[in-house]
This record gives sequence, C-alpha cells and structure tokens, in this order.
Amino acid sequence: MTEQNHDRIDQKLQDLNNDGVDRRGFLKCMAWAGTGLVWTLSGGIPVSRAFAKGGKSSGKGGDFSFVQISDSHIGFNKPANPDVTATLQTAINKINALPHKPDFIIHTGDLTQLSKPSEFDTLDQALKGATAKQIYFVPGEHDMLSDNGDEYLHRFGKDTKGCGWYSFDHKGVHFVGLVNVANLKAGGMGSLGHDQLEWLEGDLKGRSASTPVVLFAHIPLWTVYPDWGWGTDDSEQALSYVKRFGSVTVLNGHIHQVMQKIEGKVSFHTAMSTAFPQPAPGTAPSAGPMKVPADQLQRVLGITDVNYLVSGRSLAVVDSTLADSASPTSRNGAGLVEADSVSA
Amino acid sequence: MKRNKVWIAGFTAALATAVILLVAGSSSARANDQPAGANAEVKIDNFVFGPQTITVRVGTTVTWTNKDDIPHTVVSTEGVFKSKVRDTDETFSYTFDKAGTYPYFCSVHPKMTGKVVVQ
Repeated sequence: MTEQNHDRIDQKLQDLNNDGVDRRGFLKCMAWAGTGLVWTLSGGIPVSRAFAKGGKSSGKGGDFSFVQISDSHIGFNKPANPDVTATLQTAINKINALPHKPDFIIHTGDLTQLSKPSEFDTLDQALKGATAKQIYFVPGEHDMLSDNGDEYLHRFGKDTKGCGWYSFDHKGVHFVGLVNVANLKAGGMGSLGHDQLEWLEGDLKGRSASTPVVLFAHIPLWTVYPDWGWGTDDSEQALSYVKRFGSVTVLNGHIHQVMQKIEGKVSFHTAMSTAFPQPAPGTAPSAGPMKVPADQLQRVLGITDVNYLVSGRSLAVVDSTLADSASPTSRNGAGLVEADSVSA
Repeated sequence: MKRNKVWIAGFTAALATAVILLVAGSSSARANDQPAGANAEVKIDNFVFGPQTITVRVGTTVTWTNKDDIPHTVVSTEGVFKSKVRDTDETFSYTFDKAGTYPYFCSVHPKMTGKVVVQ
C-alpha cells in the first residue's frame, strides 16, 4: 500500500484512543498478532489476543461475517459512472469471491437513483447473483422519491414498521435497521422522528448489555459535515439508548466514502458507494458525484466486510475497493493493509 | 388671434403630455393587475437554488431548472406547491397569483432552501 493511501486513510480516521498508539503503530501490533489484515476494536482495546488464541478461521461457534454495501444508485448514468450496474456487479462478484462466506448482506440505502420500478428491478436482478441469499435493506433519500417511498416499502417493507424500520437477531448479535430519510424538514439533516425513536427505545429495553448491537441507517448517525447535511438531527437520542451496551457498531452510507469514528464503546463506519465517489467534506462546491479518471473509478468504490468474533464480542470492519483483488493468503481480500507491507 | 394660437399650442402640448403619462401609467398598472406572462428563472446548481431569494410581481411564472447531476425537488414549506422529482435538465414551474413570501426547500437534500417573494 502506498504512503499516499496510508495518509489518506489516516486522515479519515477521526479518533485516536489517546493511548499514544497511532493507527500505523496499531496495525504493526496487529501484524505481530499474525493477522495484519483485520483490525478489531472492542471498547478501544485491540483484540489481538483473541486472534492469537483462536486462530484466524471462523466457524468457531458463533463467529460469522456479513458484508455491507451501499449507494448503488441504479439508474444513475452521468459521467461520474455511466454504468453503475456494472460496478454493482463487480462488487457482488467480489463478495462471492470472499474466502469465507458472509451470512448475509446489508445494503445501507440509495439502492436506486430515482425510485423507479425499473431501477429496483435491475437491482433485484443483479443481487440474485449473490451467493449470500439473505439481504437486508434500509432506504436512502433516493429511494423515497415516489410518493413517500411507496415503491420501496412495497418491495422491502414486509415485517417493518413505519417508513421501514425493523430489527433482527443473528447468532447473538442484535441488528437494527433505521430510516432517517423520511419527512425531512427544510434546513435540516437526516431525521429519525419521534415514532421511530420510541420504537427503538422499546426494542432495546431489557436486552442484556453484553449483547453486541449493530445499528444501520443511510445517513450518518453522527455529524460528519452539517453544511452538506451529512448528519442526523435527532441521532443523539437514539445513541443514548445504546450507551449502556458493551459493543455498538453503527453502519451508514450516504457520503460515498469511508469515514470512521469511535466514541467510547460505539464504533461508527460509513461505506464506499458501489456507484460513484463524493468529495471529502468541504473540498468541493457541493456533495455531488465526483468525477475521477476512468481507470481510477474502481479504486474509489468498494464493499465492507464485517467479522464478528464471539471471543471478543466485537466486530471487525474491513473496507476494500473494487480494485483490490482477493489473494489466497489474505483472509478478507486486501483489507486496509497488505500483510507484507507492515513490519513488526 | 395670436393669443388664441399660443393658447391652443399650449393646451395641445399639455394634452399630449397628459396622454403620454396616462399611457405610461396604465402599462405598469396592467402588469400589476393581470397575469401578463412575466417569467423568472431559478437555476439549481451545486446543491444551491440560484438566486436563493427571488422577488417577482404577482402573476409571474417562476421556472426552476436542475443543472446538477443529482435529482432535486422544489417543495413549499407551507404546502403551496410541490414538484415531482426533477432529474438533470428537467424543470418545474409555478405561477404566483398572490402576493406573499414563499419559502421552499429540496425535500431530498433539505439543507437546500430558497424563497420567492411576490409583490
């Protein structure tokens, strides 16, 4: 991995644990642990010990992985990417080629560009090729463009409440899909709304604090950049409901770039898009699609592999671009770091 | 005799002036009283309504044109008008028949706000 890439990703990591170990130093520790490819955070404490003990392979009762993709924008056809269906297909092929099979896929919204039935159909068709058959969705604002999101709800609203929120459990981890793109108010950002917040409070009540929780929603649930609407006005209340849990992971999309933040036991992560990149906050006149040279496009689109380890009760989040190829020695594809470039 | 001619000339000049003023006056009255097909434009570019505040006369038709690569909407915060989603180069028009202030926003990107002032 180039120095340039290191620096770029370092800038995106918004929080350090104030323990004197910066990201590069942390990864060197991980290389010592025998991985170098997967970094895991559990309350800010590196879980390299878990890896050394349990070995690299999953299948150790309860360990599992899933993949997050986001912002496929089927129907978009402008210069930033004239064929978003093809890049989605590349992403699906990449998921199918992962050495360990993900249990399911989560799509964090903006499935389509204009909420058209034909766009949803094309997406369905492409996803049929994924070997992971279970796919969970939450809508983005582009999926709500037809009469309050009727088309989206008609297809994906089964067993959901309100504008499409829901929760489910998988191997001891509690997943909550939230909708923060409905009933948006002038001048505001994303919004969860009173009904959904009330439901969320009830949904989490009584669950053991040792249950790992994953929240997923389209717009970031932390304030990334308010000028561009990159945040959720009432997310503080939602986050107050998960404060007591030992491990919380928040997965979002919308901004078409990876950004991460850790606040106590809550890890926030936004995914790349499978369609087109957007500029870093404040680096362009607006948040619109960012054109890159055609041969660079695959490097700014990607998927996110999330691994849950029972031993650490933690989730390891690894982003890889469509340009990264899975190598036989790597566990999750290229991940953030190539093993041979990190020396102990 | 001479006095009569001077008087007639003066009267005619006054009359002509009065007619000119009356015609000039009535054309501005026409724009105020009837929807005379006046048009105004707002361009949507880089997630901004430009001009953000536009002031027009009663009866003006305002046309929004989306120049972005991303779809937008034009939605009155008071429920007065609401466009369908507008993709690149698509337009939305609304004729303002009543004086007043009409704040609006893009329901897809709610940080985008604008105002039409109708006088």
